[in-house]
Amino acid sequence: MTSSNPNNGGEALVKSLEYEGVDVMFGLPGGAILPVYDPILDSSIRHVLVRHEQGAGHMAEGYAHATGKPGVCMVTSGPAATNVVTPLADAMLDSVPMVCITGQVPLAAIGTDAFQECDTTGITMAVTKHNFLVTDAQDIPRIIHEAFHIATTGRPGPVLVDIPKDIVDPTNPKSTMTWYDPDSIPMELPGYRPVMEGDPALIEEAAALIAQAERPVLYVGGGVLKARAAEPLLKLAELLQIPVVTTLMARGAFPDRHELCLGMPGMHGNYTAVTAMQKSDLLISLGARFDDRVTGKLDGFAPTAKIIHVDIDPAELGKVRHYNIGIQGDCKLVIEGLIEVTEKLGASAQADRSDWRSTVSGWQEKFPLVYENSLPGDKLKPQFVMEQLRDGNPHDTILCSGVGQHQMHASQFWKFDHPYTWINSGGLGTMGFSIPAAIGAKAGMPDRRVWAVDGDGNFQMTAQELVTATVEDIPIKVALFNNSYLGMVRQWQEMFYDERFSEVHLSDNVPDYVKWAEAMGAVGIRVESPEEVAPAIAKANEIDDRSVVVEFVTDARENVFPMVPTGKTNSELVVDPSQQHLIDGEASGGDAGNGAAS
Amino acid sequence: MNVSAISPRWHTIAATVENKPGVLARVAGLFSRRGFNIHSLAVAPTEDEKFSRITFTVDIEGTPLDQVVKQLDKLINVVDISELDPAESVERELMLVIVEVGEQRKELMEIVEDYRAYVLNEGDGKLMLSWSARPARLDELEARLRPFGIVDMQRTGRVALPSLGT
Ligand SMILES: Cc1ncc(C[n+]2csc(CCOP(=O)(O)OP(=O)(O)O)c2C)c(N)n1
Ligand SMILES: [Mg+2]
Repeated sequence: MTSSNPNNGGEALVKSLEYEGVDVMFGLPGGAILPVYDPILDSSIRHVLVRHEQGAGHMAEGYAHATGKPGVCMVTSGPAATNVVTPLADAMLDSVPMVCITGQVPLAAIGTDAFQECDTTGITMAVTKHNFLVTDAQDIPRIIHEAFHIATTGRPGPVLVDIPKDIVDPTNPKSTMTWYDPDSIPMELPGYRPVMEGDPALIEEAAALIAQAERPVLYVGGGVLKARAAEPLLKLAELLQIPVVTTLMARGAFPDRHELCLGMPGMHGNYTAVTAMQKSDLLISLGARFDDRVTGKLDGFAPTAKIIHVDIDPAELGKVRHYNIGIQGDCKLVIEGLIEVTEKLGASAQADRSDWRSTVSGWQEKFPLVYENSLPGDKLKPQFVMEQLRDGNPHDTILCSGVGQHQMHASQFWKFDHPYTWINSGGLGTMGFSIPAAIGAKAGMPDRRVWAVDGDGNFQMTAQELVTATVEDIPIKVALFNNSYLGMVRQWQEMFYDERFSEVHLSDNVPDYVKWAEAMGAVGIRVESPEEVAPAIAKANEIDDRSVVVEFVTDARENVFPMVPTGKTNSELVVDPSQQHLIDGEASGGDAGNGAAS
Repeated sequence: MNVSAISPRWHTIAATVENKPGVLARVAGLFSRRGFNIHSLAVAPTEDEKFSRITFTVDIEGTPLDQVVKQLDKLINVVDISELDPAESVERELMLVIVEVGEQRKELMEIVEDYRAYVLNEGDGKLMLSWSARPARLDELEARLRPFGIVDMQRTGRVALPSLGT
């Protein structure tokens, strides 16, 4: 521990982090933040030294996703601060609680274009929930306390605290301060009052509207995970017998193996999840934000559905789609409220949904996720590898993902049965997210198995953090889907640009991923044939003292289906070519009506 | 510019914000990043110097207006925000304007009298006037002065407070 009563800003900063319960932080030092790195030597906080500040930011995010606690990263001024802009933006869009400390040039040098100066608070204003420039060492404990409070309450998000060097440098008189317990003084946040409780009258109205619904769907977003509401959600869904879709940010919030679970909706959602929303008469949106990747062309989205929209962020209510009932509040509290009112109404109050249930299960039977097995001599099918990976690991494995085809295949083919087992970059779609996020998750959950699913393009953006994993002894496993292409972009060029492939071919033979893995202190395994897949996964799982990179050489021709082409409505979902004839049959079949949106 | 301050498209929003460095940048930044134009903006400390009041007018309505208000409300430094209904608030704006005097001094002075504008300064064949009123009335005066030749003009943008009682 740092000294019990620090009298300078640098020690006070470290002690403040300890006070907030930080056990691990991710960072990389430099000139402006140097004085803070000295007291870190005496701190109880474990500091993980990264290879690039973007890695520090994504590790903090991975840590936060996995543990529910705020992730912390610390970097120096200028280029280091700009290097964390991407993870801040990522955390902003995915509502990840995170506190980022940046060094800054001394107060007197601010605004003079000093060495490694940049306007960090100005640059990060749009990608943080809030940011602070501290100008007085005495404010450090209070502002750090406020930063954690803002990051973790209401709709969580990233908060940045910019710290000029002189106020943390014990050789500078400006760093002098008298320590105080940050809880002993009031926070100075007169404009910050997150509302947690949903309006009981609206909750009653919502429960009544649900009771009448014949074709309801629970549309579950990442807010349910942030509210730690998976348990009450399960209870609500079972009580009402309403099918559940979980968005890309909510995978695992409701168990995939549950009979009410329809899986992921949206652009690469499965037929049943997408179509159930399209045909629904009531969407009960919990902590979701009607993202364009979920709705498709907006004016054709769920045209017959009334909307109950629950979100802790009032700005989300009605932002994209008009609601019939909008409830501002914490998802957990509102779901508990809905359960209470529904129980009071009694089972007899609920409309008959047996037709709806059988329609939905009919779709599930008719339109499972499919792919064609590889022929001898073909490269591996990514879907097959994903199924093998799923079947070779326990249900509580934490799966992190990069961005691209492999991400969609992972979300589609994995079975998420537990909350906080799926970590990905949904809103910003940040390539390079998976390896550092997996390291952060493993640092927070050392006893859990952590796999990073990655694409070859993604891997080349942040692979160097595997050096961090080795040196810091945070072993992760990487399933590298090497299709030699920026696959997702290739898919779009194939489908929408007449197969004119522009700048998407990476390389068929460089880099050598096995050698690269080994150079970073990890074990490298290359897998090229189907029968090697399961044994390689088993072998990787036996290695616990080092990271492992299993390179699966996969078929670049394989695309992600189903797919709603951009600009099309969700009713124009394109399924796997082998199922397309079934769709044509559906369209003429019993339709649930197509009245105007309410 | 034809400032149609009476157009129902204009909405007045009043925000109480913390009086701290960078707060105006946060507010203005939010507008630009969501693609909205601020028509006018007035900022000054309130009776409690810890807070400032920002009054701005925007030419948006419906969902975008609702979004801007809600997004602004999310800014940590914004303490309070509301839209001021013109029917239930008092709006004022101040204008300083320099006009050519020319041949028609008499006609010009009649207008000055009419509107009870103040003559702040005179010289070089020009008059500097000051007048404060409802923004629509400023538009009116501006239109009447234009034929004489407006050399320079500065309007403050409107400030507003809710009306007292009913
Ligand atoms: C930082 C960043 N740059 C570009 C993109 C656009 N993009 C989305 S997916 C993708 C291809 C990813 O390629 P790879 O990692 O090989 O994954 P694959 O799709 O082949 O599975 C690209 C370039 C992005 N999402 N993020
Ligand atoms: Mg690829």
